[in-house]
Amino acid sequence: MKFIRMIGRDIRDAIKSVFRNFSLSMASISCITITLLLVSLAIVSSYNVDNFTKLISRDFTIVVFVNQDITEEELTEVEYNIKENSNVSEYKFQSKEDIAASMMETSDTFKNIMGQWDETENPLKDTFLIKVKNIEEITETAIVIEKLDNVSLVRYGEGIVENFLSVFKIIEKVLVAIVILFIFVTAFLISNTIKLTIFSRRREIEIMRLVGASNFNIELPFIVEGLFIGMFGAIIPIILTIYGYIALFTQFDGQLFSPFVRLVQPNPFVYIVSLIILSIGIIVGMFGSLSAVRKHLKI
Amino acid sequence: MELIRIRGIQKQYKNGVTALCDLDLSIKKGDFVFVIGASGSGKSTLIKLLHREERPTKGQIIIGGIDVAKLRNSKVYKLRRKLGVVFQDFKLLPKLTVYENVAFALEIFGLPQGEVRTKTIKALELVGLKNKAKQFPTHLSGGEQQRVAIARAIVNGPKILLCDEPTGNLDPDTSYGIMKVLEVINKMGTTIIMATHDREIVDKMEKRVILLDEGKLVKDFEKGTYDHEIY
Repeated sequence: MKFIRMIGRDIRDAIKSVFRNFSLSMASISCITITLLLVSLAIVSSYNVDNFTKLISRDFTIVVFVNQDITEEELTEVEYNIKENSNVSEYKFQSKEDIAASMMETSDTFKNIMGQWDETENPLKDTFLIKVKNIEEITETAIVIEKLDNVSLVRYGEGIVENFLSVFKIIEKVLVAIVILFIFVTAFLISNTIKLTIFSRRREIEIMRLVGASNFNIELPFIVEGLFIGMFGAIIPIILTIYGYIALFTQFDGQLFSPFVRLVQPNPFVYIVSLIILSIGIIVGMFGSLSAVRKHLKI
Repeated sequence: MELIRIRGIQKQYKNGVTALCDLDLSIKKGDFVFVIGASGSGKSTLIKLLHREERPTKGQIIIGGIDVAKLRNSKVYKLRRKLGVVFQDFKLLPKLTVYENVAFALEIFGLPQGEVRTKTIKALELVGLKNKAKQFPTHLSGGEQQRVAIARAIVNGPKILLCDEPTGNLDPDTSYGIMKVLEVINKMGTTIIMATHDREIVDKMEKRVILLDEGKLVKDFEKGTYDHEIY
């Protein structure tokens, strides 16, 4: 009960202090707003990059061409070996006739040429279309399959997959580094504001000590103030994250540059990001403030 | 009953100045003690040691069972809750009203509002400032501001009230008014230790007088006067 009363008083005083030192608080809140906005941007980008990687992983296919003169038994053996590969999640067989038929549907030119082929004249090859479980091991899987008997060719977008993955991985690492960096920047800004608040309230602190306030009694109002500064600093980034991302998603119809790069659905994504931003603001605010109080009051 | 026991206290500051040297003192519950002496005699240092703003270099200070010299920084508040301290410069918060300045000393401990109100009004009544509760310190005279500081110091019901030159900035009449308030507080059972230069007050009050000179206890009279001590 006593603690609740103390917290209640500290919340009231913290809000008063934020408004009493309005210009100082505003300067700090503005800086925190900018950093949290960048944190939000980094989180949104990082999450989307992760999403792109997953989508790409799902879309990439290994195409296995078998020899033209393959027998039924040999084909069954190739199929068995593909099925048994631990990185194969699913596969589909396409006969050369199916391929020709689907190609003829796409253009009249193909129809005219391919329509005249009989069974022995079809130069295409039977294929297996394979999806892998782990995209990072696609090269190893392709090599294993290529070494199978009666397999003439394996294609899986060599080079492109590796490039995509390495670029995305770098982007993700950079974004995570940015998030961590900005969290420290936020803590530093809040810590600095609290230092100034401590300076402007040093007489109050002196009197608090004089009348028997414990370290906790002295720290608590500043921690609460840090919490409020962090919370107020998170308001604009949250609004911009929610409305900005929804607007972006609607504007680009959920995809960026090509249907290949799809954006994460806004709901519940934006709300999760907002919660993360709010939590970062509050937690970093409290700890930034606590470190400033401990350091400057030599508690 | 002995409330404060000081044994072989020495205080040397970092700049090499020795403010107090081999001081032995015993103060009983309910005493009213004047600590007098020239500037630099160690009066203020003694007050600072008693409320543990400074630590002694050597010796022992026991207040109400607490060994002040050994008290860790994080535990000083336990001692301060048993003491009230009044300074020459009042140390009031200008942005708070008289009531808020006094209530401040209770609110930080999370006391219920009703209790805060009752105790604050009682303290303000005692110093004769109940009617000025809503005013800000800057609108009060020096004497009134000092009364607010006294009210804040006693609102917690401390056993000891330490006063460091509380009348230093006040004219004789106002100073006498402050002393009357302190006398009432003393009669209610609070032990008062007051460092002062004010000869007139010491002479009028006829209380115990401790004379310090260059950090040493020179004289200790049960009912002394300033003139008596010096000559």
